[in-house]
Parts: sequence; C-alpha cells; structure tokens
Amino acid sequence: MGLIEAIILSVLAASTPLLLAATGELVTERSGVLNLGVEGMMIVGAACGFGGAWLSGSIIVGALCGIVAGILMSLIFALMALGLAVNQVATGLALTILGIGLSGLIGAGFVGERIAPAPHLHIPGLSDLPLAGRVLFGEDGFVYLSIALVVCVWWFLYRTRTGLILRACGDNHTSAHALGYPVLRIRLYAVMFGGACAGLAGAYLPLAYTPFFIPGMTAGRGWIALALTVFASWRPARLVVGAYLFGAVTILQLHAQGAGIGIPSQFMSSLPYLATIIVLVLLSRARTGGSTAPAALGTVFVPDR
Amino acid sequence: MKRTLLAAAAVLLAGCINSGGACAADKLKVGFIYLGPVGDLGWTYQHELARQALVKEVGDKIETTFLENVPEGPDAERAIEQLVRAGNKLIFTTSFGYMDPTLKVAKKYPNVHFEHCSGYKRDKNMSTYSARWYQGRYIQGQIAAKMSKAGVLGYIGSFPIPEVVSGINATMLGAQTVNPNIKVKIIWVNSWFDPGKEADAAKALLDQGADLIMQHTDSPAAMQVSGERGKLAFGQDSEMIKFGPKAQLTSILDTWAPYYIERVKAELAGTWKSEDTWGGLESKMFEMAPYTNMPDDVKKMAEDTQAAIAAGKLHPFKCPVVAQDGKEVECKGGDHLEDTQILGMNFYIKGIDDKIPGK
Repeated sequence: MGLIEAIILSVLAASTPLLLAATGELVTERSGVLNLGVEGMMIVGAACGFGGAWLSGSIIVGALCGIVAGILMSLIFALMALGLAVNQVATGLALTILGIGLSGLIGAGFVGERIAPAPHLHIPGLSDLPLAGRVLFGEDGFVYLSIALVVCVWWFLYRTRTGLILRACGDNHTSAHALGYPVLRIRLYAVMFGGACAGLAGAYLPLAYTPFFIPGMTAGRGWIALALTVFASWRPARLVVGAYLFGAVTILQLHAQGAGIGIPSQFMSSLPYLATIIVLVLLSRARTGGSTAPAALGTVFVPDR
Repeated sequence: MKRTLLAAAAVLLAGCINSGGACAADKLKVGFIYLGPVGDLGWTYQHELARQALVKEVGDKIETTFLENVPEGPDAERAIEQLVRAGNKLIFTTSFGYMDPTLKVAKKYPNVHFEHCSGYKRDKNMSTYSARWYQGRYIQGQIAAKMSKAGVLGYIGSFPIPEVVSGINATMLGAQTVNPNIKVKIIWVNSWFDPGKEADAAKALLDQGADLIMQHTDSPAAMQVSGERGKLAFGQDSEMIKFGPKAQLTSILDTWAPYYIERVKAELAGTWKSEDTWGGLESKMFEMAPYTNMPDDVKKMAEDTQAAIAAGKLHPFKCPVVAQDGKEVECKGGDHLEDTQILGMNFYIKGIDDKIPGK
C-alpha cells in the first residue's frame, strides 16, 4: 500500500463523521432552525451505537441504535425550541451539555469493551486494483452511505417540491405559514433528520473509526460539523468539498509532522476554523446573488393563534 | 467555544457528588478532584483505582468523596471549595491545571490539607506529588530499540510541555544505548484525549515507516491501531493490553495508591506536613506493566534496567547529556541532570531530527 493511498484512506475515514453530521445540520438549518447540539447528539449516538453493537454483535443494529438515540435527543431540542419557542442557541448548547453527561452514564457499562470494527467492502478484482482499488471499492459502509446521503439531500432540497417548501420555511417562515404550510411540523422533521444524521455520525466513531467507547470520544467533531455547514454556505455540494478538505487538513498535518515538515502543528489544527472564518468574510463581501444563510435561521416561529 | 462548553458541562456534572459510605462525624473526610470521567481508562481511572485501594485499606476510618469532570482553571476553585465546605479535611487535586485554584483555596482554609498532583506551587497546607515517569520511558526506549526492525520509532505527543519533551528525550537516551542510530518521528496531536486523532496519528506514523508506536496521550486508540496492523506499541497511564494483546510491550502504570494511603495515614496520625514528593520506581510511584510480546533477552534487559534505576545505580539523564545543537548540557546535579533541569526541559537531545513546535 503506497503512502498516498494510505493518506487518502485515512482522510476518507476522518471526513465521514464530519460529512454525516454536517449533512443533517444542513437540512436542519435550511428549515430555519439552528441546532447547536450536534456534539451532544453525536456523543449520545456514539454511546448508544456502541452499546447496541456490543450487546447484539451487529454493526447494523449499532448504527440503528445510534440513529434512534440521535432522533430522541433531537426531539428534546424540538420540544423546547419548536414546541415551547425557547431560544434555539441556548437550547442547542444545553443539549450538548446534556449529551456529554448522558453519554457517560449510558456508556459507563461498556467502557473498556471491544468490538470488531465495521467490515470493509471487498469486491474481488476491483478492490485489489492498484491505487484506486482500495479507495473506491474497499471502504466501510458508512463512507458510501455518507456520500449517498448528501446526494439524496441535494436532490431533495433542489429537485423536489417538499425541498422547496423546507427551504421556504428557512427563508421566510411567515410567508410559508401564510401560504398554509405547516412550518413547525416541517421544522420538526428537519430537526429529527439532523438528529438521526448526528447520531449516525457519532455511532461511526466507535463502530468503525476507533472500535471502543470512551466518554468524550467525539472530541469536538460536532463543532467542526457546525463550522462545516457555514463553510459550505448551506450547499450540499460545497459540504462534500468542505468535509474532505477539513479531513485532509487533519490528516495531512499529522503526516507533515511525521515527515518533519516544519509547520507548527497548532497552526495546522486551527486551519479548519480559520478557513470557516475566511469563507464567512468572502461570502459577506461577495453577496451579489441572493443571501447565503437561510434568512430565518435561528429565529423563533410562533404561529398566529 | 468548546472549552467553555465543556467547562459549563463539567460544572453541571460536578454537581453529582459521589459519596462513599454513610456520614459519620468522627470519620476523616477525604476529597478528590478528577479531571476526566472515572471511566476514561487512563489518567483519572488510575486515580480512582488508588482511591478504591485507599478505601479498602483504611475505609473504616475515612469517608471519601470525588468530583469528576472538573475542568482545569478558575472553575476548579468552586469545586475544591465545595469539598472543603462539605467537611473534607484532606483534598487531592489530581491534575496540573488545578495548581492555582488549589493554592487559592488552600490560602483561604489554612486548617484543611491539600495535595496537588504534578504542580510546583506549595504552601504550609499544600503538598505536591508526581512521578518520575521519564524512568519508565528510558526503559521503553531500550525495549523499542531492540524490537524495532526499521530502526524508526513513532511517538505521539500531546502538547510540547517539559514533561512530554523530557519523556521523548529519556526514550531516546535509552534507545541510543542499544542502537546509536535509532530514529524517531514525532507527531503532536495537541490534545490529551482525542481517540480519533490519536488513531490517525498512529496510522500516519506507521504509514511513514515507523514500526513501533509510543504515546504520551491518554486513549488506547493508538494501541488498537498498532495491534490491527501487526505492529508493537507501549501503553500509557494504565494497562492497555486488552486493546492490543499482541501489540503491547509494556505500559507505564500510574500507581498512586501507596502514596494516597501513606498520606491519609499521616493525616490520621496528625503527622501530615507539606512536602514535595517526586517519586519513581524506587518508591513505586509508578510501575511497569508486565513485559510482554518480546523475547526473553529483551525482557531481561528491561528488568535489569528497571532494577538498576530503582536501586539508584542508573539515572536516565546521567551526564553528559548532549543537546540537539551538539552542546553538552550543564551538569547541575553532580553526575546527572538536576531535577529542575528535567522539570523544565525544553530542548531535544542529539539524535532527534525534529524541532519542538513553537521554538
């Protein structure tokens, strides 16, 4: 296995949880809801995902447990932020704090246990091709799923009527409401989708990335996913580019250090965030064709009574 | 942002006080402040094991309480004070970042005794304690040089602070006694705990030709990667052989129990006084996990070195120590470097082909 191939494989693995979580958050934010609880939903997804896989012996059951856990967490958020119209920022932050504590409680029983990691695809012939073989045909299922998911989300948002309505809710909930669309229900589904994706992204960590569970193992990836959504200016295609770019920066800086290339590692570690700030500045300067962020993002909507 | 959030989270979590045993007025109350969750399998877990050993030893005379997930920095002050108000008379604060908060609370409550782990500030009622882990790293260096076929070691660092830098130097000094041409590749992950990143760092090191992984980070991820790839590795803080049954050569185990028992007994006897303890193999402040996955001659070498260090016959930083620039380091401690030189080490020794980040 060549070094370049090895690097690409590591980048794909490092990017997948970011892409999964950010895809979910993108849909949530496109409906006008800012859920800052990604990190919390991810870590609970990680704990439940590992627990499910460990108890059942099946990676798929584990992944499903992660998804369900993420949805349940997002329902708490939905109850507060949509049902009771509480401030979304505060609710999201509280959700993260809750998730970190809750995951430790759920995971306490399986700390130190091990499972076999998710199997990698192997197609005789294709997977053995030099260079591209392992990269294209030798990944674990999550990697393919994350790419399929983002394609589906793109198609949904831009090629379906429901997607258009969802975006309308995010841009102007009052108009959407006036047209008779159930804004809150649409937002609820979007929040639940975000939760499912975050839960799956969290489950990816103990199921495929580092096959064990330890409290706090998401280590801030939920926040990177949030930054990624902004970096992508809420567009699925840019999200893919961004996720792999963020993953590549992480992996390449490790390789640069190992090879003795003298770039300070602290600087490299901060690059994804720096890139996000730069993109934000560029977006705000080049605001020619319509706004970038969903116009109603983060604003509370209470239907007329 | 993440830091503040974690801090906020920890404050909430710190609310859950775990109390061991019923409240009895005549029992000595002993409190512990932990950095991580007790289930982190590393740093905090080892402190918790020591607390449990303490309870087993003198449980009939004491009552222990711990607060976990307490963030370093000003927030810790509140947690420590909480323990004081709950009536704890001896309080162990188990991370470097609790240094100033502990000192502040210590000044406020002169009748309570404090024990701070791995710091350098003391007071009449505040002791410090730490372990000479560099001794263990010297042994690991010797083993690594014997076991590495490529002659290239992979080293995962957390932050370029003196403790980690002196660990890298001790490793290389040990390794050079076996193979003077040994090379090391160092990757800093800028975190004590990020399993994903630690695994990625291990993969990067192995992909770049290192065939043996050493770490100064807390999770067993690197051990697991090494095991999957059929390579060797050293654990950190705790026993990690479960994560790499065919990979772990040994691991530096933090064994705080003897110290905790000794200090609590002193407190019970009324003989506690402020001290600075920096113990090593000789005082069992840490131990080496069983030497596994290596031939008998390497095992014997490791055991001999361990015995020599414990007996005081061998000092990992014995003079002359030559720095990276080829200059000999001033020998302040007689025939070896003085403790302050090790505690403040900010240079690499000769033979390390790298630069300390930010220098």
